Amino acid sequence: MKTMLNVALPKGRLGEKVYDMFEAAGFECPSIRDGGRKLIFENEAAGVRYFWAKPSDVAIYVERGAADIGVVGKDILVEYSPNVYELLDLNIGRCRMAVAGPKNFSDDSSRPLRVATKFSHIAADYYAGQGRDIDIIHLNGSIEIAPILGLSDVIVDIVETGTTLRENDLEVKETIMPISARLIANKAGFRFKNALIERIVSELSAQMEA
Amino acid sequence: MEFDNGVLDNTERNIYALRSLYGRYGYTHYKMGKFEEYDLYSRNKDFLVSDGVITFTDTNGKLMALKPDVTLSIIKNCRDNPGAVQKLFYDENVYRVSRGSDSFKEIMQSGLECIGSIDEYCIGEVLWLAAKSLSRVCADFVLEVSNLDMLTPLLSEIFPEGQVKAALKCVDEKNIHGLDSICAESGVPKEKADPLKELLSIYGRPADVMPQISAFAASHGLSAEAAALAAALEIFAGSELEDRLVIDFSAVSDIKYYNGIVFRGFVNGVPDSVLCGGQYDRLMRRMGRESGAIGFAVYLDMLNYLPQKSSGRDGVDVMLIYGPGESPSAVRKAVAQFTSQGLTVLAGRSPSQKARYGRLAELKDGRVTIIEDDA
Repeated sequence: MKTMLNVALPKGRLGEKVYDMFEAAGFECPSIRDGGRKLIFENEAAGVRYFWAKPSDVAIYVERGAADIGVVGKDILVEYSPNVYELLDLNIGRCRMAVAGPKNFSDDSSRPLRVATKFSHIAADYYAGQGRDIDIIHLNGSIEIAPILGLSDVIVDIVETGTTLRENDLEVKETIMPISARLIANKAGFRFKNALIERIVSELSAQMEA
Repeated sequence: MEFDNGVLDNTERNIYALRSLYGRYGYTHYKMGKFEEYDLYSRNKDFLVSDGVITFTDTNGKLMALKPDVTLSIIKNCRDNPGAVQKLFYDENVYRVSRGSDSFKEIMQSGLECIGSIDEYCIGEVLWLAAKSLSRVCADFVLEVSNLDMLTPLLSEIFPEGQVKAALKCVDEKNIHGLDSICAESGVPKEKADPLKELLSIYGRPADVMPQISAFAASHGLSAEAAALAAALEIFAGSELEDRLVIDFSAVSDIKYYNGIVFRGFVNGVPDSVLCGGQYDRLMRRMGRESGAIGFAVYLDMLNYLPQKSSGRDGVDVMLIYGPGESPSAVRKAVAQFTSQGLTVLAGRSPSQKARYGRLAELKDGRVTIIEDDA
């Protein structure tokens, strides 16, 4: 039986862009464009099997070896520190991790700063680096409403265009780090499927340089 | 007492196979207690695989820990003996936060340590035994080897001291673009990291990449270190294990403790390394020892990812049911009829709902009758 390379793609627009890159690299799997609810797609001739996963779960699939490689945002890698190889910065899905808050907000350093975020580790590390005492409020979505409703002073979240912030009278206060999509690989998979993974890395690198 | 190997589970089989392997090379079994003073770990926290340590206060008020690691205890109990080498192996439960989980686990770990006047043969033998250990647990394996002494001078030459740790993390992740980012943050010209990137791009079997390594080493003043790597691998020359070796300079360990040859083992089907080891002379110095040391640990818990070898029937061969009128000695004799044939028997008043069996037998009025037989 032919050895297949399992590739975890993040569901959504980013995943589609990534698939385009893989297709252009010669690892096509036309059935993936058929739509529907199917999640796993295979092209045995090309030796590749794709599956869609929730973006925040891609790193888990790769770390645990269910996928040999995958594409994930740098935010997920920094937040969860999965034990994987980070082989390429694909330079797509670019955005930034930022602190945002109400336009009229000024920090009162005499009390802990209340920070609402999905990225608790990133927020904790960032403020620990500044020696600022914070109270983290972990939320799973709609982070922007936290300061509006008085749940938090600021938020730490991903900012792409800033439209959602502007529409909610919030603004970026500080940029923590730039974010983009990264090609990651399972550490064992890298050894046992090395030739195929190296070929993909080389083809994708060539596309980015073109 | 004789027993059937089939009663052993995979972990037990691996423990005995590794014990036998290490014993054949003159390594002696090192047995230790479950507890150690916490102070030993608090002084060497970064050496531990995971941060968490389970502690408790002993009756004398001392803060104790359930062992999260074996190597530190072995070093603590060894004495410098110039010119001599101590070869020890162990299989012990350690207690730490399991990789990929947020909870403490009891983890069975096997490994060996070679401490004292370490020479090229000692290093080669430990690498050889690491490869042999991997081959015992899975036929399809890779042992990747690096020489930290080639990597660390480059790291400290390129990056300011405060950034070396971050750069080492990028090396471990094969994150070349991350090295560029650190250069940019530190004001280091990107080109200065080119030698490091060149070293990290070398990946492959020793026979294929050694000429490249030698050329690289010659142009960067690292020829002695490249020769040390070649010498460590010389023991594999012409052996069937040679093809299982890979040189990969991203195989790193904490440079506060490790130096020289470091290595990691992977088996096909397990998502992370199952074996880690290397020379740890720096740890020895931190613990006040002059000797050199090299060793490795095999994480037996990780081998649970591999398909389990079945010991045959899942359940018993015979379910023997008996009525209330049968005497215990009659039941024992009926059981003996089957066990004497090497069969396993579960005796009970009625067929167990949970137990699986091949044959159903009944003891009635002193006679055994087979009621069902799936054969």
